[in-house]
Amino acid sequence: MGNHEDVVIIGVGMHRFGRTPGVSGRQMAVHATHQALADAGIAWPDVQFAFGGSYAAGDADALVADLGLTGLPFVNVKNGCGTGGSALTSARHAIASGAHDLGLVVGFDKHPRGAFNEDPANLGLGEWYGSTGMMVTTQFFAMKIQRYMAEHGISERTLAKVSTKAFRNGALNPMAWRREPLTEEQVLEAPMVNPPLTQYMFCSPGEGAVALVVASAERARRLGVEGIRLRGVEFRSRRFGSFEVYNTWISPERAEGPTSEAARAVFEAAGVGPEEVQVAQVQDTESGAEVMHLAETGLCAHGEQEQWYADGVTEINGRLPVNTDGGVLANGEPIGATGLRQVHEIVQQLRGRAGEHQVPGRPSVGFTHVYGAPGISACTVLTR
Amino acid sequence: MAHQQPMTTTTRMVDPDLVADTSEGPALRGAACTECSTTTFPAQDRCPRCSALAMSPTLLPRRGTLWAHTVQHFAPKPPFRHDGEFEPFGLGYVDLGSVIVESRLTVSDVTALSPGLPVRLALVPAFTDDDGTTVTTFAFEPEEQ
Ligand SMILES: [Zn+2]
Repeated sequence: MGNHEDVVIIGVGMHRFGRTPGVSGRQMAVHATHQALADAGIAWPDVQFAFGGSYAAGDADALVADLGLTGLPFVNVKNGCGTGGSALTSARHAIASGAHDLGLVVGFDKHPRGAFNEDPANLGLGEWYGSTGMMVTTQFFAMKIQRYMAEHGISERTLAKVSTKAFRNGALNPMAWRREPLTEEQVLEAPMVNPPLTQYMFCSPGEGAVALVVASAERARRLGVEGIRLRGVEFRSRRFGSFEVYNTWISPERAEGPTSEAARAVFEAAGVGPEEVQVAQVQDTESGAEVMHLAETGLCAHGEQEQWYADGVTEINGRLPVNTDGGVLANGEPIGATGLRQVHEIVQQLRGRAGEHQVPGRPSVGFTHVYGAPGISACTVLTR
Repeated sequence: MAHQQPMTTTTRMVDPDLVADTSEGPALRGAACTECSTTTFPAQDRCPRCSALAMSPTLLPRRGTLWAHTVQHFAPKPPFRHDGEFEPFGLGYVDLGSVIVESRLTVSDVTALSPGLPVRLALVPAFTDDDGTTVTTFAFEPEEQ
């Protein structure tokens, strides 16, 4: 829609995920930004604009105190789990419109241990929702997968396979948090959190930072760098009738969720079909989420997942490798950074620079999907 | 903190807008849109489906069936409040016909829960205020078979 300029990602940077005592979220963001600038072969004063954010680690625009006071417009994005997707969407528009041709997108976070605790008032909910113990995201994912398993014949064994794959891939990724492979039995026998989901089927709030340098295709050519094309990025919120996290009630009228809508929109915008995707990142807040999101994004049919995981389709050497860097399960969830970590991983896969967890044959079409409260999703399609 | 039984026996609902006392027993207070009949819980001013400023208060059915469920096995962080040792509790979505509401369940054994289970509304103690007031909330309990 009126995108005159192709947008490409010409540099990526990351501060490793997990726990880094003594390093602030801001410091991680500065580190990731410098890595991305070096990767793109540009200097900070070349950057014409920036979009960035964190959920709990401070204002992104204050990073200029450390990056350099160059006078650039730096817009803070605070959009929960959609922070990275929203920042990337905004950066894409800034370039596609012709307003700028070189910019930065950055996401970072640093959360305390344990489940997230959110103030119900921030979501327009009564205090009672929190004080009676219902404001817990894991409950939603457990209820949704429990229904899904009954409807589509998904077993607990498959949920365990999602986790073991995540930790196996994490073990190959030096930037990941959880790098110890686990057996399916260890996952299934771990303490129950919310049935049917055990402790090792959930991600934990964590820390990390990711930065991307985005440019117009024309600017990338002039810089003499080969970028990865951002063929589309689409962001959607929930529609009436969908079943989402933090809902005190839902309608008996059923509607598709934001994941399905965002995925369909991005494939259409990119002119690429889900069957063409060769490497994917889908939100795996818990192992059931990966299973459900694979079908909601159109990457597989509902119910097909049981056979897919039995056959290893989503493994690094499978037909459609999914969450090759270990996903949220192995990297943890720093809210502001997750969406951009997914893009970082796909960019590296398409460049053939993913190291030990590189997909064989250097894929040329990649996809990312993020999901979060209160029912939002952002998806991207990236190609060489 | 609240291990000792308080001298007073006052109770309050966790939020006075959630539940009405009817001759049949407690009922959840919702709102229905006079334009498109969408029902919400709790009540709200505008309709989330058609955006009309046309919601009128309505009491929701006291009986329904379980639509989705799980059990909370660990103590949530604040603002969650509870007395003494944390006890796991069930929760789920209950289909009341016009609306599907999220609620705590009186049962915390997951094997006793299944989709379609007939349930009815009850009031249960949730936690105790510093002054000894028992704070109650709503929950659904399985119908006796
Ligand atoms: Zn209406």
